[in-house]
Amino acid sequence: MNNFKVLVNGIIKENPTFVLLLGMCPTLGTTSSAINGMSMGLATMCVLILSNLIIASIKKLIPDAVRIPSYIVVIASLVTVLQMVIKAYAPDIDKSLGLFIPLIVVNCIILGRAESFAAKNGPIASIFDGIGIGLGFTLGLTSLGAVRELLGTGSIFGVTLWGESYGMLMFVLAPGAFLVLGYLIVLFNKITKKA
Amino acid sequence: MKKLKSSLTNMLVVLTVITIVAAGVLASVNAVTAPQIEKINAENLAAGIKAVMGSDDIQVSEPWEVDAFTAYDIKDAQGQELGKAVVTTENGFGGPLKVLVGFSTEGNILGYTVLEHAETPGLGAKAGEWFQDKILGMNPGKNNFTVSKDGGEVDAITASTITSRAFLRAIQNAYDKIIAGQDATSGATQQAKKAEPSAADMGTPEVIE
Repeated sequence: MNNFKVLVNGIIKENPTFVLLLGMCPTLGTTSSAINGMSMGLATMCVLILSNLIIASIKKLIPDAVRIPSYIVVIASLVTVLQMVIKAYAPDIDKSLGLFIPLIVVNCIILGRAESFAAKNGPIASIFDGIGIGLGFTLGLTSLGAVRELLGTGSIFGVTLWGESYGMLMFVLAPGAFLVLGYLIVLFNKITKKA
Repeated sequence: MKKLKSSLTNMLVVLTVITIVAAGVLASVNAVTAPQIEKINAENLAAGIKAVMGSDDIQVSEPWEVDAFTAYDIKDAQGQELGKAVVTTENGFGGPLKVLVGFSTEGNILGYTVLEHAETPGLGAKAGEWFQDKILGMNPGKNNFTVSKDGGEVDAITASTITSRAFLRAIQNAYDKIIAGQDATSGATQQAKKAEPSAADMGTPEVIE
């Protein structure tokens, strides 16, 4: 599999949100608006690329029986480092993203890709897998957030289209997240099955 | 190179090395970033105090603390007393909700800013803007400073009553401890209000319900 295929695979065939249904906790929890969803997706992508790279590089040194705890330590350290660096040097990003970053540790996409891709492939291919899956996740969260924001508050990316009073509050809350996710999965599968 | 076998020694060595390396990396990154983070927090607080007092030309006293509250006496450039800025914390929906609130000398709310929160994005997280035009000028000692659902005068954030209650309680507590607690005369009326809230509320015409 060449690197480009790996990239596309992450976005379409193994899209973490619509096909693998991984990382549902941040997917449902943080997509109350398009910008929140996109932020969470991009932050996850950063961690995913780095964790894939590190784990693909050190995988030969890790005995099989202790690979999961080793991966968890690597991922958790990575997220903590990222959080401290963002807090110190990019306080504006911290203001909008700060809440999501610790959540990335428990995102099963990261561990899932470490286990199913990085542990079996080289560092370069793993970086591409990180980018692909990361983009797929960002795409999923952004579209979910956009639909929920539009139906719930009548705006998209913070731009008001028809005013909050016409919004259906349910779509900002948890039930709306499940509903929209379900319909988006149907739509995604319909489109990709045809292609 | 062949993959390491899962022998007891190998597992012990690998896990120990990984955790030591991780601890070392975290400690060194923390050493580099901690002073910077502290500096940013201090700057945020200074900017926040100016914002909640509604003036750039102010003198801020050394902080003094009562229980969990940190208060700053604020004077204008001429040394005239403007009021107090108080940092107050309350448990919100998702975690601690830390609010900086500015009071005038009479105890009216001049402004507020949310310093730290862990509220739901898109819902409770709106507290930073939601209350700006709603509570400014109110006085927690005179107004019924609770959400309208509880018979108070403040509209709660839509679908975020818990955050709204915590937010108002944070400010009310700051008022009770720092503003009312310092002033003996208004402290007495405050006591009366606390003891008989409904009777005291009847005297204020702006109470809804």
